[in-house]
Amino acid sequence: MRKLKKAVLALIATTALAAPALPAAAEDIFVPLFTYRTGPFAGSGTYIANGMHDYLEMLNQRDGGIGGVKIAIEECETGYNTTKGLECYEAVKPKHPVIVNPWSTGITLPIIPKAAVDKIPVLSMAYGLSASSEGETFPWIFNPPDTYWDGMSMIIKYIAAQEGGLAKLKGKKIGYLYLDAGYGKEPLPFLADLSKELGFQTKLYPVAAAEMQNQSAQWLNVRRDRPDYMIMYGWGAMQPTAVKEAVKTNYPMEKFISIWWPSEEDAKGAGKEAAGFKTLNWHAATPDFPVIKDIEKHVVGAGKSQTPKDQLGTVLYNRGVYNSMLIAEGIRTAQKLTGKKVVTGEDVRRGMESLNIDAARLKELGMDGFAGPIKLTCADHNGHRPTFVQRFDGAKYVKVSDWIEPMHDKVGPLLKADAKAYAEKNAGWPKRTEPCDAK
Amino acid sequence: MGLLYQIFIDPFMQMGQAPDLLVQTLWEGLVGGVLYALIALGFVLIFKASGVFNFAQGIMMVFAALTLVGLYEKGVPAPLALLLAIGVMYLLALGVERVVLRPLVNQPDIMLFMATFGLTYILIGAGQLVFGGDPKEMPVTALGLPKGAIDLKILGGLVSLQKIDIAAAIIASIMVAGLAVFFQKTRIGRALRAVADDHQAALSVGISLNQIWVIVWFTAGIVALATGIMWGARSDVSFALQVISLKALPVLILGGFTSVPGAIVGGLIIGIGEKLGEFYWGPLVGGGIESWLAYAIALAFLLFKPEGLFGEKIIERI
Repeated sequence: MRKLKKAVLALIATTALAAPALPAAAEDIFVPLFTYRTGPFAGSGTYIANGMHDYLEMLNQRDGGIGGVKIAIEECETGYNTTKGLECYEAVKPKHPVIVNPWSTGITLPIIPKAAVDKIPVLSMAYGLSASSEGETFPWIFNPPDTYWDGMSMIIKYIAAQEGGLAKLKGKKIGYLYLDAGYGKEPLPFLADLSKELGFQTKLYPVAAAEMQNQSAQWLNVRRDRPDYMIMYGWGAMQPTAVKEAVKTNYPMEKFISIWWPSEEDAKGAGKEAAGFKTLNWHAATPDFPVIKDIEKHVVGAGKSQTPKDQLGTVLYNRGVYNSMLIAEGIRTAQKLTGKKVVTGEDVRRGMESLNIDAARLKELGMDGFAGPIKLTCADHNGHRPTFVQRFDGAKYVKVSDWIEPMHDKVGPLLKADAKAYAEKNAGWPKRTEPCDAK
Repeated sequence: MGLLYQIFIDPFMQMGQAPDLLVQTLWEGLVGGVLYALIALGFVLIFKASGVFNFAQGIMMVFAALTLVGLYEKGVPAPLALLLAIGVMYLLALGVERVVLRPLVNQPDIMLFMATFGLTYILIGAGQLVFGGDPKEMPVTALGLPKGAIDLKILGGLVSLQKIDIAAAIIASIMVAGLAVFFQKTRIGRALRAVADDHQAALSVGISLNQIWVIVWFTAGIVALATGIMWGARSDVSFALQVISLKALPVLILGGFTSVPGAIVGGLIIGIGEKLGEFYWGPLVGGGIESWLAYAIALAFLLFKPEGLFGEKIIERI
């Protein structure tokens, strides 16, 4: 018995020591995926994890990888927890990842200073630090296609359009319901600036992570304050609860607009009364694209995925697909730039900076009409692309607006100033020395 | 001066000006409080019988509700899924007694406490493995629970009472009354109280500790299931609910770890107190005070009643 115990302990110790040291095969391109299929945010995270994984796996199965090189995909479960996310980062670092996607603003922020040191580019797709779109200050960070500040500016523009112009916002009351964490607080300075400039009043309703499913106090405040519009930056279980509470409070759903994160499930739980709830989006929310059909054929249908078939084409699944498409195109561009097949993190940083996905390329990818074109440069790591408003009709989201451009004139200077302030605040922030291929 | 006015005068003026909102806030607090009380009750039951602070009570609530919803989603009719969920909670109680409590008997309390930490993670893993991590909708109608709201046009405004909240309050009251009768009037209840008072004395008169532990953990499991159903019906059944269970801590601090009435009264005080605080005083500091206000209320009470409102006063003579 004692011998057996010793043997088991030895086996556990050997496995624990050996596991982190195992690198991806030298001929592979290692792409770790930070995901959360567990915990309070799994309701959002699972869809994205599936989408990200399935697109890359589809490239492996259909094309043998990218440029003939197989992608080594490895998921690391963060539970949307910053500490665990940083553990994931440290765990994948020795395996030479060509890019990391933290999938949490909280995890992204502490990784930002590490990226340049470790030579690992970071893709924080439409989340993270807004100012990291400034490539001259943050050469290793990429956050296309929009920052949270862009998102806020587009929501305000949409609201203004309903009211008859930006000038009509004067004297209006706009409520902001947000996850009381790095992500939800991110647009606060921008919102304060806009509020001062355009003359609308802002009412803030923070929701602590521990209270995500207990929002009655926030919605009682909404009932008292009677905001003309409500804006939400939520995530995980906060979103379906907010939609239910809005219905319960009899808040006019047509005036409840969210940033781009709610899924169909987040609205469905509140029943037909949730119809009218709106969110921003920049890509399709249907499975009617060749790329999704290929995923279905080569990955989901072949049993190489955890995705249920009815999840294909949903908002957050497609978001994950879009995220992995950006990674794959970054790698492909890096291969072109360097002439190498097996690229490194430094190469992919250059590839991401030279990313140019036009309409023709989207068509080649089986994503014609899936999303708009995007082009990044050394100075602009975001693109600041237009989005549209989609309305929940009781079962699915339907596009109800034209493309809305961000307020470039307002967001641009503020991002530059914020990036400068970030570099000044962090003493010794390195001046950019990285080469630029895409001027 | 302005600040003093905002703290001490303005909230009460608001209460007077919009009494409908005051009643609505009190109602929301009452419903939240009843649910906190139910969670706290689960902790109290186990603490009384085994002296263990069961850290796993929160995840038991999620696991029980998830079992019910998970089975329903797999095509099992809701009433049968409910019965099976009760059965699963019984098996869990048996398993805990056999695998956790029995081997650790006579070990320091901290060992048992740490074991409940382990149990928490096992239940999280098992729940996610079997039912997945995504939030699930509680089949309210299939369970025979009401939907919709009763809108009362009173006090110059509107007070909206969700039918599911009314049902939660009624079911919680019935459960509390049932548990009170069970503890006071039945043989098992008396045995349970005997174990709570003194393990060794209880053993000496032929009470089976193992049997009592199974009964207590099963009862706590039923309470967890009822709480999970009610809270799940208000939002969704997700692992985020586990975090809400931590609200039981200030309830326990306030009500005492060994008192069933304490759990009830404590739950109501915390529930109503935090809603009033967030609604009337929260905006003064930008909102979001609810998560710590509960602890502040509990600690304020402790200044005057260190053993909690209904906790046992322990006097050790030296």
